[in-house]
Amino acid sequence: MAHRWGMAVDLDRCTGCEACVTACRAENNIPTVGDLQASRGRAMHWLRVERYFEGEFPEVKVKYRPVMCQQCDAAPCEPVCPTYASHHSDEGLNAQVYNRCIGTRYCANACPYNARFFDFFNPVWDKPLHLQLNPDVSLREVGVMEKCTFCTQRIAAGKNVAAAEKRELKDGEIKPACVQGCPSKAMVFGDLNDPESEISRLSESPRGTKLLEDLGTAPKVTYLQAMEHA
Amino acid sequence: MSASDDRLATTLLRPLERGGLKWFLFVGFLAAVVGCGLFAWAFQMWQGFGLTGKRWPVFWGFLITNFVFWIGISHAGTLISAILRLVNAGWRRPVTRCAEVITAFALMIGGLFPIIHLGKPWLFFWLVPYPSSRLIWPNFRSPLVWDFFAISTYLTGSLLFLFLPMIPDFALVRDRATGVRKTIYGALALGWRGTTHQWHRLETAMSIMAIAIIPVAVSVHTIVSFDFSMAPVPMWHSSIFGPYFVAGAIFSGIAGLIIAMATLRRVLKLHDYLEDIHFENLGKLLLTMALLWGYFTFNERLTAWYGNHTAEYNTFQATQNGVYSPLFWTMVLVNFVIPVVILSIRRFRTITGCVIASIGVVIGMWLERFLIVVPSLAYKFMPYSWGTYAPRPTEIVITVATFAAMTLLYTLFAKFVPIISIWEMRAGEHAPIEEMAPAPEHRLGETHA
Repeated sequence: MAHRWGMAVDLDRCTGCEACVTACRAENNIPTVGDLQASRGRAMHWLRVERYFEGEFPEVKVKYRPVMCQQCDAAPCEPVCPTYASHHSDEGLNAQVYNRCIGTRYCANACPYNARFFDFFNPVWDKPLHLQLNPDVSLREVGVMEKCTFCTQRIAAGKNVAAAEKRELKDGEIKPACVQGCPSKAMVFGDLNDPESEISRLSESPRGTKLLEDLGTAPKVTYLQAMEHA
Repeated sequence: MSASDDRLATTLLRPLERGGLKWFLFVGFLAAVVGCGLFAWAFQMWQGFGLTGKRWPVFWGFLITNFVFWIGISHAGTLISAILRLVNAGWRRPVTRCAEVITAFALMIGGLFPIIHLGKPWLFFWLVPYPSSRLIWPNFRSPLVWDFFAISTYLTGSLLFLFLPMIPDFALVRDRATGVRKTIYGALALGWRGTTHQWHRLETAMSIMAIAIIPVAVSVHTIVSFDFSMAPVPMWHSSIFGPYFVAGAIFSGIAGLIIAMATLRRVLKLHDYLEDIHFENLGKLLLTMALLWGYFTFNERLTAWYGNHTAEYNTFQATQNGVYSPLFWTMVLVNFVIPVVILSIRRFRTITGCVIASIGVVIGMWLERFLIVVPSLAYKFMPYSWGTYAPRPTEIVITVATFAAMTLLYTLFAKFVPIISIWEMRAGEHAPIEEMAPAPEHRLGETHA
């Protein structure tokens, strides 16, 4: 059966430590643009931790929300791309074909989550930082869009290992970098088509909500938090 | 050839037959500015798109504003001229060609912007449905691909519509010219001999084009509006955008036409041809469009405000009362208040008055496009990812260069082609009386005696 990848983020567990952000950058060869470009709004974070304050001082509560590409089933970024660089994969991922992208940036405008990032310049890694590049992830060049892939290279590797050992994938066997790096185990990744998987259970949870659900984008990321009934 | 015929040809062909140092200096200056624009674009391709002011999350800015603006200006010509031809308005004769030329050049300039704004402009041909060896077609669901078809159809149609009525004039120049000029104009005249058969063919072709070009023109700006209204972005995702964009386009187009005509009148001394009546009539048309534009803008903004959807409301507030409010209220002033005041008072509806109103409208319509593109992107749904945008030098240079390019192309055109259709003016002078007289049949609002 085809896989359908999904993720759950438990906001009650998230401490806002940004280990996921760091893990994501290291795993996916995300360019560091430098202070000047960052100040001009070109910093790239496939995964960002949004911080919100609730209440008035001194009764302030801080809330964190890690936001990555929501891998929508009805993704607004896909139909608008004139070259199919942004398209839906067989496993339900919003794939981005860097070599097919010509940089209209229409997908990024259409994305309600602002989860897409543009390579405004050719990325550079000052020596010896080039040695830390992940060989499993292609580098992007100037003028293309990039975004969270749910660590598609790890999904492929996991499937290869399972195929070589002639067995089915086990639930929780594949972990994107952010999930692996989360010290408070706030993030869970898995196959939504497997009714027994933890992610299937969590995405049905009454604690779960989807981000901007009323836009009808059908995201595959579920945010879990205790419901406060006023 | 009668005396008035000869006078017509002599005055209207004067710019073609005489040059001057001033003309060369002016063209040289404009070419230099256009060169700066091309250099800025090349430099941007070499260094990276980051030379522009685009940033997360405002990924479109000046360049797309220019795109929509110039495609809008292009609606001056062909659409207006086609409508005036179809209703057989006698006063159209000196106006049509000035108008059609604007369309052709504004489309060429506007059509470049989707390419300039690409991250990889050298791959623009991936938007073209050509049979590639990898069997990959463009995504026909994407409004940007629709744009490609709409603009190329409109450009082809407008060029034909512009060229057809030029054929007899090319023949006229050919007959008066010698040497290389005779060969070139002879080729452009396509063997025109002025036989009855040829006139008949020309008239038929022109009526077909005049009818065909109107739906094309309306569809083009509607499709440009689809670039915005198809995306789930606050204040973009609106069904009013199609007609709103078309109305705005015709509005800015008429303003551009009035400015161009006033300039031609002064520089080429065409006072006898571009008269007060032409500006008066175009001024009334501009007034109508100003009112229509005000109506659309009111509708658009009232529904956003009353609907009170969080994201739309935030965008609305940012435009109306927030950081973009100086631009917004300037737009309302120069697009609505000033034109309506000037043009509805007959005493102010002079050539100067029309030109002042038109300059305001051109600025205002550019601002309108900017205010459509940028604030919506800056205030999308999640407050954490709100952003700002400010242009950087390359974009500003490219923007200025497009205005220079328009002026340059127009100047060159007026130098090499009679800017007022000579044969149509002649036809007008010899027009039968019935054509000019008011229609004798019962008209709306009349009572039966």
